[in-house]
Amino acid sequence: MSTQDHQRRRPEPAEADEVTLPERSPSDIDADIDAILDEIDEVLEENAEEFVKSFVQKGGQ
Amino acid sequence: MSVHRVMGIETEYGISVPGHPHVNAMATSSAVVTSYSGISVGDRRSGARWDFDEEHPLRDARGYDMSRAEADPSQLTDEDLGLANLILTNGARLYVDHAHPEYSSPEVTNPRDAVLWDRAGMEIIADAADAATRSGPFTIQLYKNNTDNKGASYGCHENYLMRRSTPFADIVHDLTPFFVTRQVFAGAGRVGRGQEGRQPGFQLSQRADFFEVEVGLETTLKRPIINTRDEPHADPERHRRLHVIVGDANLAEAATYLKMGSTSLVLGIIEAGGMADNLSLDDPVREIHAVSHDPTLTHRLTLRDGRRLTALEIQRAYLEAAWDFAVKQAVAGVDEQTEDILRRWDSVLTDLADDPRLAMDRVDWCAKLSILDGYRRRDGAEWGDARLELVDLQYADIRPSRGLALRLEASGRLERLTTATEVARAREHAPTDTRAYFRGECLRRYGDAVAAASWDSVIFDIPGQDALQRVPTLEPVRGTRDHVGRLLDASATAEALLEALRRS
Repeated sequence: MSTQDHQRRRPEPAEADEVTLPERSPSDIDADIDAILDEIDEVLEENAEEFVKSFVQKGGQ
Repeated sequence: MSVHRVMGIETEYGISVPGHPHVNAMATSSAVVTSYSGISVGDRRSGARWDFDEEHPLRDARGYDMSRAEADPSQLTDEDLGLANLILTNGARLYVDHAHPEYSSPEVTNPRDAVLWDRAGMEIIADAADAATRSGPFTIQLYKNNTDNKGASYGCHENYLMRRSTPFADIVHDLTPFFVTRQVFAGAGRVGRGQEGRQPGFQLSQRADFFEVEVGLETTLKRPIINTRDEPHADPERHRRLHVIVGDANLAEAATYLKMGSTSLVLGIIEAGGMADNLSLDDPVREIHAVSHDPTLTHRLTLRDGRRLTALEIQRAYLEAAWDFAVKQAVAGVDEQTEDILRRWDSVLTDLADDPRLAMDRVDWCAKLSILDGYRRRDGAEWGDARLELVDLQYADIRPSRGLALRLEASGRLERLTTATEVARAREHAPTDTRAYFRGECLRRYGDAVAAASWDSVIFDIPGQDALQRVPTLEPVRGTRDHVGRLLDASATAEALLEALRRS
């Protein structure tokens, strides 16, 4: 199949992208991640090293 | 071709008693499972046991059986070890597998329902752990992940019903490159590399490092990318159940949805004659590790014909083929869910190529890595820092108050596809369009008279009758509400139902 042929048969209008939504910039993402970290800090288990060390599982399928 | 086919998801949950690492995990897993019978609203089932008659874990799709002597004891999943084992009114099985509580979803017919009943299972098992904690001596915490980062792995298996007539070799040929690369959107993310997680760093998949061979029957050791267990739980002349063990347990509903949908489409391509482009990999096992170990998504996999393509390029080739097949075969247009899956598959590949952080609202590893990179940037944390490992683990905590993925979802940062209302219903009620409906409704309506059940049977113990009455349910799309709803409504008792079934 050629790419052109393929696109013509796609059930979507390929030419209708006149309006573009604002994209998130990397700095927007960084700012949001900092907010996420502040929230996570409050719920993280205490004594990370001990907690992680004691999470020991038996194998499964 | 469509995403619609009979499918289901089995999830083994990590289980932990913080502060008491030596508590027996089989006992705590049993406590979780048995606690559920006390809290379920609709579950009046008394002592229905699992019917092991149709379990054949050593039957190989390549056409032979492994001997029981040759098998690892962990492969003998058809032995009733007396561990807790419930059949729920929503058609699911809730039980202890090895040393983990496991929820096997009821059979559903599409990816959207697979997400819904998987979510219902997570909430069921979270509430069961809460109940076990309240009534027992320990705090039990559960994790929807696949490794302890110390060498142990446990699975999240997918099941897809296929036509028996499709040769197994064709499945292996076209599915392997897809499975090696779908982790770019289906990976749950992991801190640490190697089975024991000793090498510092991040990788896309929880499971990838545990895969050591291309094809095989095992599920607990020497894990194969394509599992050959041939246990169709259906008419073996017509159906095969493809048992997929290579995937991660996803917290992101959008990832579960796309994983199930895209895989169903690739199986459709294979059933329709296969990929025109031969994407066979030179060394699939080496490549599944290499793809997982490369969050930049720039690694080039070596194909048998000498081409070198990225995982995104290989996924794009499958997507293009799926578009083509879907359009070509759909006489009345492409159905809504298939189109939705195709669009999502397209946009996630575009976003991942651009900047993986753009996919952090749909892809678990992108969300997890964004958080981890945040800690590295803000606090100068290094890989190997216990706090980063804790973020990895706690991402999968299934308590809404503590689980990081669930908190991201609650704050709108991780896309949610289900609603709380429909999940509440799916916890108690089976899908109406598969045999799970018959199984679930029998338990809900006549629970006291159900002696045992399994995927392919419901067994009744009728007072005053000597023999148990077994109703086989070998056809996954019979026993639907359309098929048996009126019969059930007209039968006040199990005895009346069996009488009506004999007459019909």
